[in-house]
Amino acid sequence: MNRSSRVLLAALAIAVVVFSAWAIADNASLYFKTLLNGLTLASLYFLVASGFTLVFGLMRNVNLAHGSLYLLGAYVGWIVGEQTGSWLLAVAAGFLSAAVVGLVMQVLIFRHMEGQDLRQTLVTIGLSIVLADLMLWGFGGEIYTFDPPPLIYGSTVLPVVEKFPTYRIAVLVAAIAIGIGLWTFLARTRVGMMIRAGVDDRGMLAASGVNVQLVFAVTFAIGAGLAGLAGVVGGTALSISPGEDTRYLLASLVVVIVGGMGSIVGASIGALLIGTAEQFGLAYAPTYSVVFTFVIMVVALAFRPRGIMGRAA
Amino acid sequence: MSAAQWRRAMNSAATAAAPTLAPLPRRAQPAADAPRASTAPSWPARFVARIRARHVVVLAALVAYPFVASPFFTYQIGAQALALGLIALSLTFLGGYGGMVSLAQMTVAGVAGYGVAVFGTSSAAAISLGWPWWLASAVAIVLATAFAAAVGWLSVRTEGIYTIMITLAIGVAFFYLAQQNYTVFNGFQGFNRAGAPEVLGVESRDPVPFYFATLVCALAGYFLVRHLVRAPFGIALQGIRDNPRRMASLGYAVTAHRVAAYAVSGLLAAVGGVLMVWYNGRISPGTVNLGAMISILIIAVLGGMKHPIGAFVGAIVYVLLQNFAIDLFVRERFNLVIGAGFLAIVLFSPDGLLGLWAKLRSSLVKTQTPQQTRRQP
Repeated sequence: MNRSSRVLLAALAIAVVVFSAWAIADNASLYFKTLLNGLTLASLYFLVASGFTLVFGLMRNVNLAHGSLYLLGAYVGWIVGEQTGSWLLAVAAGFLSAAVVGLVMQVLIFRHMEGQDLRQTLVTIGLSIVLADLMLWGFGGEIYTFDPPPLIYGSTVLPVVEKFPTYRIAVLVAAIAIGIGLWTFLARTRVGMMIRAGVDDRGMLAASGVNVQLVFAVTFAIGAGLAGLAGVVGGTALSISPGEDTRYLLASLVVVIVGGMGSIVGASIGALLIGTAEQFGLAYAPTYSVVFTFVIMVVALAFRPRGIMGRAA
Repeated sequence: MSAAQWRRAMNSAATAAAPTLAPLPRRAQPAADAPRASTAPSWPARFVARIRARHVVVLAALVAYPFVASPFFTYQIGAQALALGLIALSLTFLGGYGGMVSLAQMTVAGVAGYGVAVFGTSSAAAISLGWPWWLASAVAIVLATAFAAAVGWLSVRTEGIYTIMITLAIGVAFFYLAQQNYTVFNGFQGFNRAGAPEVLGVESRDPVPFYFATLVCALAGYFLVRHLVRAPFGIALQGIRDNPRRMASLGYAVTAHRVAAYAVSGLLAAVGGVLMVWYNGRISPGTVNLGAMISILIIAVLGGMKHPIGAFVGAIVYVLLQNFAIDLFVRERFNLVIGAGFLAIVLFSPDGLLGLWAKLRSSLVKTQTPQQTRRQP
């Protein structure tokens, strides 16, 4: 990192600190509430983007149907939740349904066009159009909401912020737990080791006798499943309706571009930056909040074209 | 050869390459052709020699079309296909010849469209500046071209598959900005009654004059691309598409060529965007949403990205489907039809309808022409 970029980063940091000091002095409750909201949104973004980045890192497959998997998991989870009345079963159903669809996509389509990055991406675009229209057909344009279990329902009293929805705190905790779990899985288990080896050098992994196709299938299923799980979790925090797929696709794209492709740590950093920036933008400059997201992306690209934690492909 | 000789050779090669590099996005390059022109036949002669019967037939059909077709077919089908085709052509140029598949072409067109509405006249009198239509359109096109160059500058920092992600993110971010912002973009409503200039007493939104306006723009765009891909700039661009490292080591400014390609494609898309606003008479965030961005990609891929005509073929098919899918299939399942069609093309014929046509023709003729090496579009 050269001097000019260091100066610019320092200037940015000072700007953030000055803004925070002003905002806390002005209205501490609003500031911390926005911060907590930002963290909640960041955890949702992390859940969606971690699957995206995992799949991309290993297979160089930009799965633009990732948002559709999010929405699919949410809808299936909603049906299961309605039938059984259990929110936890809904979460499990969301994960499983998206994982199965992802697995089918990998086995039936992407396996046959390995190395053709652009073609794979175009296929995912086609799939996302078809899936979005099928879901619109099946579920209509209505807005669906979940009922979280009573334990995490209602609101908790926190210092400074006063009341804050318990569910959002639970989402934050769950995302941290899943993040740590994912990191442990990748860093400590044998399958995780294979996945990391595949991210670094696919050819070498295959040459050392590992069934690469199986690793790909497992990764794709986990990545897609995380999107479906996020669908139920995010659908409970907000709601589910057609169009959410685009929103979360954009979020995971930006998070992964900022954080660096193929890196779970990068996804968490990116999600933190984007989630908090979006909420602060909404709270303090409502009509320009997207611009903040965009500025972060431009700055990240200008200094690190492969993202904050990205490495050469 | 000694090191000094090598150095001299490299230097002279660099200076020889320099003139072809300097005038990047210029349209005509008569200066570069001038020395050759003395030996070769003059350019009108060469131009006439290149005309084939099929060119005359297609041109005659295009000119005669509005006089035989109903106003609906002239305006809704013909003019819309030509305007959409022009935007898709910008993607064909960028993707087919530059190897950079940008999803932000509709966004560039949208910037131009919003420019026309903001600088020109519209129902939102508080925002629109009310400039004359030619000034508003010119400024909008310049602005959109600059925007495209900025998008290019940002996305050429990364390569290949990253481009599609970054341009997608830029496009969707612009959509949300247009939807959220009321001071410049007038939010969700957008602008109504925009554009639609009256030139020399002719209402240009009437089907026939509008058709000819789009036809002129589309032909100009088509021949611009045809010319550019044969000009030194286009040749260098195709070299960069195939092997950027080799081109860089030959002394070509890879980044500059790529950004220039974005600017050229931005110009095409901007003209298409202005035409789209005139066609619709309105612009709103829905014009630049993800569906619209992807539809441009669908049109380009559907037609085939190996030849500029593919963009227009794709546009005609797309517009026909859009208008008649309701009669053929279940109502309102247009997206399903177009998505499945797109999927089928990508899965089974990566070169689009043009690829299918070429396959069909070669199987009919049964010539054993050597299969060209397939490249990634």
